[in-house]
Amino acid sequence: MFKPGAIVSRLTFRDKVFSLDIILIVSILLLGIISCFAMYSTDGGEFAYHTKSHIVRFFIFFLLFFVVSFFSSSFWYNSSTIFYLAVLTLLILVKYFGLTSSGSQRWLNLYLLNLQPSELMKIGLILFLAKYYHKISSTDVNRLKYLLQPLIALLAPVLLVVMQPDLGTAVLIAAGGIAVIWLAGVKMQFFAYLGIIFLSITPVIISFLKPYQKSRILTFLDPSRDPLGAGYQITQSKIAIGSGGLFGKGFLNGSQSYLDYLPEKHTDFIFTLFSEEFGFFGSMLILILYMLITWRIVSIGNMARSSFGKFYCYSFATAFFIYVVVNMGMVLGLIPIVGAPLPILSYGGSSMMAIMLGLGIAMNCGIYKDQATG
Amino acid sequence: MIRDRTGGESKIRLISRRMFVISAAKTVVVLGIVGRLISLQINESKKYKTLSDKNRFREWKFAPPRGIIKDYFGNEIASNKQVYQLHVIPENTENINSLFFRLKTILNLSDKDIFRLKRKIASQKPWDPVIVSDNLTWSEFSRINLFLHELQGVEPTISVARVYHQESFSHVIGYVSQISKKDLQNKEYLKNMNVVGMRVGKTGLENKLDPEMVGSIGYKRYEVNAFGKRIKEISISQGESGKTFKTTLDLELQKLSTKLLKDKTGSVCVMDIYKGDIVIMASSPTFDPNKFVHGISQKDWKQLTQHRGKPLVNKAMSGLYPPGSTIKTLVTISALENDVVNPKMVQQCKGHIELYGEKFHCWKKKGHGFVDMKEAIKQSCDVYFYEVARRLGVDRLSETAKKFGLGKKVLEGFLEEKQGVVPNTKWKKINIGKNWYLGETLHSGIGQGYWQTTPLQLCLVMAQIANGGYQIKPRIILRDKSFEGLEEFIRNKETSRENLNLLDGFIPRLKYKTLFKNQENINFVKEALFRATNEPRGTSYRSRLTKKGFIFAGKTGTSQIRKFTALQRELEIKNVDLPYEQRDHALFIAFAPYHDPRYAISVVIEHGGSGSGSAAPIAKQVIKKLLERHSLREAQQIKGESA
Repeated sequence: MFKPGAIVSRLTFRDKVFSLDIILIVSILLLGIISCFAMYSTDGGEFAYHTKSHIVRFFIFFLLFFVVSFFSSSFWYNSSTIFYLAVLTLLILVKYFGLTSSGSQRWLNLYLLNLQPSELMKIGLILFLAKYYHKISSTDVNRLKYLLQPLIALLAPVLLVVMQPDLGTAVLIAAGGIAVIWLAGVKMQFFAYLGIIFLSITPVIISFLKPYQKSRILTFLDPSRDPLGAGYQITQSKIAIGSGGLFGKGFLNGSQSYLDYLPEKHTDFIFTLFSEEFGFFGSMLILILYMLITWRIVSIGNMARSSFGKFYCYSFATAFFIYVVVNMGMVLGLIPIVGAPLPILSYGGSSMMAIMLGLGIAMNCGIYKDQATG
Repeated sequence: MIRDRTGGESKIRLISRRMFVISAAKTVVVLGIVGRLISLQINESKKYKTLSDKNRFREWKFAPPRGIIKDYFGNEIASNKQVYQLHVIPENTENINSLFFRLKTILNLSDKDIFRLKRKIASQKPWDPVIVSDNLTWSEFSRINLFLHELQGVEPTISVARVYHQESFSHVIGYVSQISKKDLQNKEYLKNMNVVGMRVGKTGLENKLDPEMVGSIGYKRYEVNAFGKRIKEISISQGESGKTFKTTLDLELQKLSTKLLKDKTGSVCVMDIYKGDIVIMASSPTFDPNKFVHGISQKDWKQLTQHRGKPLVNKAMSGLYPPGSTIKTLVTISALENDVVNPKMVQQCKGHIELYGEKFHCWKKKGHGFVDMKEAIKQSCDVYFYEVARRLGVDRLSETAKKFGLGKKVLEGFLEEKQGVVPNTKWKKINIGKNWYLGETLHSGIGQGYWQTTPLQLCLVMAQIANGGYQIKPRIILRDKSFEGLEEFIRNKETSRENLNLLDGFIPRLKYKTLFKNQENINFVKEALFRATNEPRGTSYRSRLTKKGFIFAGKTGTSQIRKFTALQRELEIKNVDLPYEQRDHALFIAFAPYHDPRYAISVVIEHGGSGSGSAAPIAKQVIKKLLERHSLREAQQIKGESA
C-alpha cells in the first residue's frame, strides 16, 4: 500500500496540467461548441440572446471545470457535507423566497444570476453520500442505522424538489443518490423492498400530482389520446427527429423548429433540433461524445485509489449517463416527458454550472488518483 | 487528505462488482436508444418526412375556370364571367360577431345567412376562408372596398363563375351548382376537388361533360408556422381550365324555337339525317339556369317546382308521350317489310270499326270512305291502320319500332333522358302480368295505348326514314364521332349550292347499317308523307311550304291522354273546351327538304290539341329558318367543324 499523503504537496501545476484527461476535455469542448451552434439555430439563425448568453455561460463554467479540478485533493472530500447542507438550505429558501415561473417555484434570485439549487443538489447528494460510505465499513452498510441516514439524506432534497414541483429534477437527483447507495453494497432485498414500497405508494403520489403531470404520463402511454394537447410535444418531437433521416435537413434548415412546431427547443428538446438538422449521424455523434465522457469518468474511478474517489466517479458517471438517456428517451418518445435538460447542450445556467462542477470534481479525482487510499 | 480506514481491498472489489452491473445496464440502455434512433431516422424516416411537410405546408385551393360550351358556329352558350366575392378568413378577424354585424349593415345579409356562415366557420379550420357572398353587385363590392380599412380579415376577391347567355338552352346545357355530398360519393373525378367556389354540373351537358369541363384545381402553397401563420409562398399553380366543347346546336334556331314555344309546354328537336347532329333541342317552358350557380333561393325553387309546365324537365328527352298517328309511318314500314298488306289494299272507313263487340273509332266521325294505304297515311285514317295493325300483330310492329330506335336512349350520358316503352306481348306479360288483347294491337297501330316515346326518339325515327332507311347515331358534341370517313368525304367532295346531289353515292360508301329489306318501302312512306303535307286534304296541308327547295313532308299525331266517353263523342266536344290537363298532346314529325332531304324535325306540344293545329305550324316556321341557314352550316362544315 502507498504511504498516505506521500506526493500530495509535491504535485506542481505542470504535473496537474499533464495529468488532465485529454479525451474528457476534448469531448466536453466539442459538445460545448456543438451546443453553441445548436443554440444559434434555435435563435432562427441569428446571433441573439440565447446564443450569446449560452456561449458566455459555457466558457465561464468550462473555466470553472479547470478551477475545480485543480483544487487540492482533500477539498471536495472535506467540504462535501457542508456543500450538501448549504444546497439543502438553498432548497428550503426556494420554498419561501423562490421565483415562480410557469407554475413551479425553482429559482432563487441571487442578484447576478437566477440560481436553481435543485440542479446543484444533483452533485451535492452524490458528494455527501460518497463521503458517508467512504467512512463506514462495508460490513456496516446493511445495518439499519446506516441505512436510515442515507435514506433521509436522499429523501429530504427529493421531496423538496417534488414539491416545487419539478418531477424531472427530483428523479435525476434521486438517481444519483441511489447509484451511490447501490455501489456501497446495500443488499438487493433493500432495493426490492424500496421498489415495492414505491409501487404501493405510486397511486397516492399520482393523486398528489398536478393535472398536467398526470396528463403527461397518460399521454406518454398513448400519444394519440390528445395530439394537439399534451401529446403534441411527443408527436412533434418524433416528427422532427424522424424527418431528419440519415443526414438531416442541414444546419438552420430544421423546419420543425424553425416554424415553432418544437416546444422548448432551447432546453429539453435541443437534441431534437440537432437531430432534425444533422440526422442519424449527428445524433450518433452526440451520443458517442456523451458515452466518451461517461467512459472517461468511469476510468478515472477505476484508477482512483480512495473509495471516495471511486464512489464519486462511478455514481457521477452513472448519474450523468442517466441525465443523458432520460432526456433522449423523453424526446424519442421512449419515456414520459418529465422535464430533464440534456447536460451541456441544453440552455440553462444552473444546469451547466452543476454539470461542470460535477465533471470538475471527477477530473480532480483523476489528478489526485494516486493518493489517499487506505 | 482522504483517509480510508473502513475496508480496503474487499470494499474496492465490492464497488467494482456493483459498477459492473451498472455498466451492463448502461450498455442495454444505449443499445435501446440507438435502436430507437435507427427506427425513427432510418426505417420510418419517410413517414416522418411526410408528416413534417404536412406540418410545414398548407395549401389554399381554388376552383379553375370551367370549360366553355359553344354552338356549331362558335357562339358561346355557357361561359364564365368575372364575379365579385367576399371572403372572410376567421383567424384574421378581431371579433367575428362584430364583423358580421358590420357586414350586415353594408351588405344585405339576413340573420339566417349569418347563422349559416357561423356554423360553417365552426366546422372548418380558422385559416380556411369562408365565402360570405359569392356574387356581389358592383355597388356592393365598391362599398366593401370603401370600408375595407375597418373590416379586418375581410378579403374582397375577383373570381370567375359560370354564366349562361341563353335561356333557350337551359335544358340541353343544364346547369351547375354547389357540390353536394351525393356528388362526392358518386363522382370519382371530384375526389380532392371539393374546394371553395367549386361548381359541378347537375343536368344536361354540364353533367355529361363534367369530368372534362371541371378542369384541375389551382392552389397556392404556403409555408406556415405552428400557429398557422403564413410565412412565405412556396409555389402557386393556376390550375387548368376545363375543356371547351363545341356542340352541334345552332344558337339562332334554338332561339327561334324557344320563341315559338313561348307560353306553350312542349319541345322542338331537329336532327341532321345523315350525320345525326342535333341542331335544335328546345324545351318549354324554360328557366334561368344562372339562378342555380350561386344557390337558388327557396322562393325561386318553389316557383320552378310548382309550375304547371314543369320547367325543369327537358321535354325533348325526358318527356314521354304516346306517339299517336306519327307511329303510322313505322306501322306502314313494318307491314310492307313483313309483306302482310299490299299498299294497294283498299279499306272502307265508316268512322269506326267493330271488333268482338268493341267499337274502334276513327278521328273523323264521318269516316274517310274508301282509302288505300297512301291515302290513309295522308289523311291519317285510323280505321285503315286498325286493319293493318290487326294483320301485322304487335310483336312484328315492336320489332320494327325498336330497330328504328324506339324504346332506348338516343344519346349517351344524359342522366335525365328516358328510354320509353315499346309495347308487345312479352313486355305486357312481364310488366303488367297480363296477356295481350287484340284490341290493344289496334290501339298500338295508331300510336295509343302503352306506347311511350320521347320527341327525340320520334325525331330519330323520322331522320332514319328520311335518309332512306339507314341507321344513324345521333350526337350533340362535335368531338363525338358520327361516321368514320364522313367528315373527310364531305370535305373532299365539291360542294356548291347547285349540287343538290351532294350525297349521291355517299350512303353505300360509308356502309351505314340498313334498316330495311326493300328500300321501296321506305320511299313509299316518304312519298305518302309528301302527300300528307303538300296535297289538299293532307293532315298538315295548311302548314306546307311551297318555295322551291323548302318543300317538306311530315306526319301529324295527336295523342289522347284519356278515352273519350261515348257521350263526349256524341256531343262532338272540342279539345279546347276540355280542361287543360285533359287536352290531347299535339305531335308533328317531318323531314326537309323533300327533294334531297337533310333534316328531320319533331315538335310536341303538350295539351296542344291536334298535331295539325298546333305542332305543324311551329315546325313550318322552324323548317323555313333551318333551310335558310343550311348554307351557313355547310360553309362552317367546310371550314372545319372543330376549329
